[in-house]
Parts: sequence; C-alpha cells; structure tokens
Amino acid sequence: MSNLPLTHGDRFPELAATVLKRAKTLGATEADLLVAEGDSVSVQVRMSEVDRLSKAREKVLGIRVFFGKRSASSSTSDFSKASLDRLVSDTCSLARAVVEDETSGLPAPDQMTVEIPDMDMKDDRQLAVDEEIDLAKRTEQSAFSADARITNSEGAECSAGYGSILLANSHGFFGSYASSSYSLSVSPIALDGQNGGMQRDYWYSVKRKFHELDSPETIGQEAARRTVRRLGSRTIATQEVPVIFDPETAKGLLGHISSAVSGYSLYKGASFLLGQLGKSIASDLVTVVDDGRLAGGLGSRPFDGEGLPTRKTLVIDKGVLSSYLLDTYSGRKLGMASTGNASRSVGENPTVGATNLFLSPGAYSPDEILKSMKRGLYVTDLIGFGVNLVTGDYSRGAVGFWVENGELIHPVEEVTIAGNLQQMLKDIEMVGNDLAFRGRVASPTVKIRKMMVAGH
Amino acid sequence: MSMVPSLSDFSLQEKDVLQALNKATARGVDYVDMYVESCVTDSVSMEESLVKRAVKSISQGAGVRAVAGERTGFAYSDDLSVRDLEIAADTARYIADSPQGNNPIAVTHRSQPSQNLYPLSQPLTDITTEARVDLLNEIDVEARRYDPRITKVMASFNTEQKIFLVLNSQGQLVGDVQPLSRLQISCIAEDGSNRQVGSFGGGGRVGFAFYLEQNRAMEFAREAARQAIVNLGAVEAPAGTMPVVLGGGWPGILLHEAIGHGLEADFNRRKTSAFSDLVGKSVASELCTIVDDGTLPFRRGSMNIDDEGTPTSRTMLIEKGILRGYITDRLNARLMGIPLTGNGRREDFRSIVLPRMTNTFMMAGESDPQDIIRSVKNGLYAVSFGGGQVDITSGKFVFSASEAYLIEDGKVTKPVKGATLIGNGPDVLKKVSMVGHDMKLDEGIGTCGKDGQSVPVGVGLPTIKIDEMIVGGTAMG
Repeated sequence: MSNLPLTHGDRFPELAATVLKRAKTLGATEADLLVAEGDSVSVQVRMSEVDRLSKAREKVLGIRVFFGKRSASSSTSDFSKASLDRLVSDTCSLARAVVEDETSGLPAPDQMTVEIPDMDMKDDRQLAVDEEIDLAKRTEQSAFSADARITNSEGAECSAGYGSILLANSHGFFGSYASSSYSLSVSPIALDGQNGGMQRDYWYSVKRKFHELDSPETIGQEAARRTVRRLGSRTIATQEVPVIFDPETAKGLLGHISSAVSGYSLYKGASFLLGQLGKSIASDLVTVVDDGRLAGGLGSRPFDGEGLPTRKTLVIDKGVLSSYLLDTYSGRKLGMASTGNASRSVGENPTVGATNLFLSPGAYSPDEILKSMKRGLYVTDLIGFGVNLVTGDYSRGAVGFWVENGELIHPVEEVTIAGNLQQMLKDIEMVGNDLAFRGRVASPTVKIRKMMVAGH
Repeated sequence: MSMVPSLSDFSLQEKDVLQALNKATARGVDYVDMYVESCVTDSVSMEESLVKRAVKSISQGAGVRAVAGERTGFAYSDDLSVRDLEIAADTARYIADSPQGNNPIAVTHRSQPSQNLYPLSQPLTDITTEARVDLLNEIDVEARRYDPRITKVMASFNTEQKIFLVLNSQGQLVGDVQPLSRLQISCIAEDGSNRQVGSFGGGGRVGFAFYLEQNRAMEFAREAARQAIVNLGAVEAPAGTMPVVLGGGWPGILLHEAIGHGLEADFNRRKTSAFSDLVGKSVASELCTIVDDGTLPFRRGSMNIDDEGTPTSRTMLIEKGILRGYITDRLNARLMGIPLTGNGRREDFRSIVLPRMTNTFMMAGESDPQDIIRSVKNGLYAVSFGGGQVDITSGKFVFSASEAYLIEDGKVTKPVKGATLIGNGPDVLKKVSMVGHDMKLDEGIGTCGKDGQSVPVGVGLPTIKIDEMIVGGTAMG
C-alpha cells in the first residue's frame, strides 16, 4: 500500500471559477477563494512494535466575500454543488451583517504575483507504509542502542505528506503550488539509576525532500544523547547570571520577535516593539531575516495568502528594526505596503506570518560561547507560555546545564528564567556560527548578558 | 433539531456504513469503530470598536479505527461517500495480522445518552449574526466606560455545534449533539508609556442566554478592564522559593498540569509518567481530594458520552492525598484491566482517541480564605493565570500567573507583573497546608492540548496554600 495520488486537483480550477461567479451573482463586489488539499500517512512505532498507523486525506475550500467595505469568510470540506451554493449565499448574508471597515478589500490588482517560481518544494518520492515502519523502527532502535540507560520510549514517528494550494480572486488572479514534507522523530526515555526518576527528550528531522532527511541512526543517537544528559538534573539557587540559549531554544526568541513585528500586533497596540521602526532595539550583533523564497525551505511559498509575491525582508539590521511583517490589511492600517507575509488558514481572514525566519550567524563557535561563560545557565529546553508580547515581560520554565569556567557542571531542571524581551535583545552579547534550518525558524546559539534565574 | 443524531443526518445508510466497517475487521482485530462527525462553527470578533470579522466553517467527515493488541490503525476522510469510507476502513485494518474477515458487524444496541447535560432552549446555530454583533458592541462600550485609560478593547464570540455518531464492532450505535460557546475579551490600558493587558472570558455548553443572564457579558468586560488597570500598577514579581496562595476557580489549572496529565492512562500503561505505579500511594497532603467529572451540567469539559460512546462519570483521582486511579479510554482500560471512565476524547474526526481530562477540580476544605492569606508572612497570592505546560515524564510543570499580588505580613499588598510558577507534579500537592471552603469552578474558557489535539476542559479550585513553590519573577527576594 502506498499513498494515493491527489485525486481532486484537476477539477479545482473549474470549481473556483464557479464559486467566484456565484459570489458575484449574489452581489459581491470582490471575492477570493483558497482550496487546500492534502494526503498523508504517518506511522508511530513504540518498543519496536507498530503503535499507530494514520492515514489522512482532506480537502477544504475557503471563501471571502466583500460587499463594498463589508466582508465575511467561511469554509467547508463538503464540495457538493448544493453545499457550496449554500455556503456562498450564507457568507454573503454574513458580510451584510457586519459593519463597514474602511481598510478592508483585496490587494490592488497590479500587486498580484505574475510569476510563480519553482522553489523546489516538492518531492515525488512515495513512501510505502512498510518503509515508514522500517524507518521509525530503526530510529527508535538507534536510540536504545546508543545508551543502556534508555529503557523506555514514547515512540518514533515517520510521516510523509503531500499538499497543494490553490488561490484565486475576482481580479482574475489564479495561482497554485504543490509541496511535500517528510519527517522522522523519536522520543526516548532514560531511567535515573540514582533516584528512580525518568527523563525524556526528543530529536527530529523534517524536510521537503526525502533524501535530505537525517538518517534514522543520526536522529536516534542524538535523541539518546539529549535524553541521557538530563539524568541527575537538579534545581539551582536563585541568582542573576548570563544565559546561553542553544539553537533549539533560541528559535523561541525569534518566534517572539516575529509576533511582535506582525502588523496585526502593532496596529492593535499589542506589541512591545510599537513605535520602534528605524530605532535600535537589539544588540548590533542581531540581524534577523525573513526569506519566503529559500529553495526547499519549509516556510517557502511562491505567493502569499493574498496572491502577492513573497520576498526576502530584512527585519532587524544590525540591531535596528528595519521592517515590520505585513499583509495588505495591516499594512494599510499602518500606512505601509504589504511585505508579502499574508498567511492564511482556509476560511479565515489573512493574518501575518513569517516564512523562513532566521537570525544571521555570528562569529563564534558554540564552544567558544560556552568557554566565555564563567558562571551561568546553558538552556536546552523551555516550557510554558509566560511571555507577554504587550510588555515584553518574559518568564519561562527552563531545562539545561549549570556552567562554571566554560564547562557544563551538572544538568538543571525546575528553574525559571525571567527578564524583559526589550532588554534581553539588547543584552545579546554573542551569536554563534551554527545556523542550521531544522524547520521554518532557525537560530544559531545565542548568549544573553544576564537574566534572573529562580530556583531554591 | 433532534437531540439524538442519526446516520440519515449525514445522508448515510446503515447498511453502507456496516459494509464499509466490515472492511476494517480481520482476524486478530480486537475492536473497530467509525466516528462520523459534522461541526458548524460561527465566530464574530471586534476590535477598534468595529465588529469587522465574521467567519463560518462547516466541517464533516469520518474516522475509522481498528485496534489489535496495542496497535491502532486509523484513517479518515472528509468525503462521506461509501467508497471513501471503505478506503479508510481498509487502511485501518492494515495493522492486523491476517486479511481474513471476522464475523460481520450488526447494530445491536441503539442507545441514546442516558444523561442530557446541556439542554439548550435555542440551538447555537440559530443565534443571529445581529445578536452576536450587538453583544460585542455593548462589551466595547462597557469596557471603555470602566476607566479612561482603557485604550483598546478586543472581543470575540465563538459557537460550535458538533454532531457525531459512533458505530463499533460491539454493535453499539450511539451519538450526541454537543454545543459549545465562548466569549473572550482583552483590554489594553495605557498610562504614558506604560501599556498593559487584561483578559477575561467565559462560556461552556451554554446558549446565548447565559451571556445575558445576570449581566454576565458586561461583568466579563469589566473584569478584563479591571485586570489591565491593575497591571498598570504592577511591580516586579519576586524570584525564588516562597509560600504561594492560589485563589479559587481558574488557578485550578495547577491540578490540570501538575497531576491531571500525569494520570492519563496512556502514559501510565507505557510507564512514561512520573505517576506510573503510584496508585494507592500518597501523592498529596490529606487535605487534597481531587476528581475529574464529565457530568457537570453545562460545563465546558462535560459530555453526555465521550467520543467512544461511553457515558462520562465522576472519577476519584486523589482521595485525601492517596492516588486512587487513572482516567481511561477503551484501548488503555482494556490493556491495563482497569475501569472505563468515559474520558476517551478526540478533537474531531481527523484525530485519534486519547484519554483526556474533562472537568478537574479539588473538593472544598474547611479553611476561611482570609485565614489562609493571614497565615502567610511573605509570599505570592495568584488569582488569574494564562497557560501551563507539563513534562509528563520528569513531572516538572509550569503555569503562568497573569494577575498576582505580594503577601506581606499576612496582607495582600502590591500587584506584581506576570510570572511563571514551576514545580514537580508528584511533590507539589504534598505541600498544600490549607484548603479553603470556597471551591469554585472556572468561567469556562479552558482548552487543553495533547499530541496536537485541542479539546475543551474545565478546572476548579478552592483557595489553597502551598507552603513553597518556585516563583519566576525578576526581583531578588
């Protein structure tokens, strides 16, 4: 058994034209439509046995209609003619019930993307279920083989997914693209011989091309290494010390920046970066880029959720906030042009989303950064949601290592790290040279001058 | 609208569904089920004093599952054609050893849920868009009237009407209609360059009248505004270990993170939970009795039946400090040989069933809440929280306070900025030294995430004192 090819795609262009025409007939002045289709198979193996096999096929159509400055959106997975007709007329009624919003409307016709470049986002490699089972088993087995203290597992997972997106609007724009993604991961558990406690960690690889996936052995061994190194974790005394974020946790900081520079957070007054455009908001070691056209990137797309061309945007240039991330609506609110960052869940209004977002690499190796730390905390995992994007106040649970004289002394858990993002960005005093994309957001190792660590 | 759905609501015929489901049976398959669902959601939202967003979504589909030993095969389709159901069923069977069929499935028990926990006078799908819009406009006025320093008000009102049926290989055909609604308000207060946020909301398996009764929606609006104004005066939160008093209601998220997830049967069957093998042992102080109860009328976490058709129930998790049991779905109850508690839940037809919490709360104690505060010399009094998270295996959990105050010499004094509290699940409740008589359930806004699936849940807590917890502020104590 293998994945079935997408079967509906051929009739989508016709469907799109019919739906847009129906909206116009009902009096809509503008409309756009998004159809997403996907097909995926994933396998979970635990303790060398198949635990779960899941197969998904789905399709969904979303429509947005405008009656002058009034608008509404809707979505459905039922593509029968009767259902679609009803959906379009319900959406038109909904639009008539909301108030006029002067800012609303499609982008200007001349802004729609003309070219749809191939960004190498699709691999035609089909994975048979037995092949997925084998990959997942090998990944989990590698974790067990790597260290005798790995005694249990939350399982290994292998999945392959294929999807396509079609966007059309009443300006006559019509675009589509297809993509694929493959992932392999494992979550081993190690038993602490001393206190009987357990620790769990995780490692993964996710790529658009199957042949670019890390090997099961690499993933399993790294997962085991990350798990075993947590054994013997303890809390530390409350103190203010320098903090190193490893690449996985530093990605979180980029996520907060991405939310704070989103046009929607800004016009709503809900960002700690409000009014900071053109000003220095971070150490001059910090350069942040959003690149929607990275070849094979997991966040790449040829056009955004409104059909505008994606592009490369310098968000922070050597510490200076040089651009917000905007779509048409939030751009108009702020008196600026869209940056091609409209992100769209089917059936929702566009919002802003980063594409491939990264912190440009710095001059130091991760080891040099560690060696520079006399006493401090090296953070490898964060939990919780204690980030206030309105004020920048930051307080999260952390896991990592206590560092003395550039050496990892012992693993640490049950501590929090706290500060304010405005100060934390200015306090970035070293950036690593270890940038590697493992998803849509990527960061090298980052060292922050000081944060409050709370423990016993 | 009928209370009990039938296959004809999905334009399906019983013989076709049985024919498809029989494709999933094979020698060695222990259990097979098909879950057919239709869900209509309506959402309106307001910002800048304008209700400018209205969204409707209709989702329907079916998921087929076959279970053999510990293995689960699962497939879903959003097409309800017989052909697509058969493909899904055929895929689900893949986990079985043998292609030979079992005895064909026949429907032998057609039951309707024995409880009706959410009788609504008006279906949620009948609430007019105009009524929704008017409500949000009134909220905007009310929140701004609270204080001139409130500069932004954002509010949303969401409703969901879910209809589902489960048909299983034991011949059971059962379904439910589950309404769910929620009102959420955020306010931003500004004073010079100081900008702060306050959020509040509520809901449940309730109709539109709930928001109008007792002027509830306006009370929510004032509460969001009040929190934002309080935060304008917040000082740095303390950092370090100290006594913590939690207020009643939503701070019950402590229970959800610290113990609830750790008592879900899947983690305990796999022995990956910090609570594995602790049944019958002391995991909390004698003052703590904690239950999970899916049968509370109109509550957000309640259901007449769970997503496997099992009636929900009240499950004793911790009785006077002793761990009594786990919450289960069919797969884990069978494999562990423990009772079925009606906690088998799934986000939708696209998701597999997992054991999940419903409404999780601590029973009232005997202390006067004022005495609890008076008993603390220096500590933190936390009354409102954002989200939380737990590492099931190590037991470490966090939850983040969004409204908290210092306790100085037994008195509640200055408000402090948001801070994360961190603890160890199997230990934290052993440090509970006082439990108030003021048990309160939350307002009905909780959503729990597990394995990428979100389900609505409730929590509840009386005022309690925890002798020591780590508070993640920025001010050295």
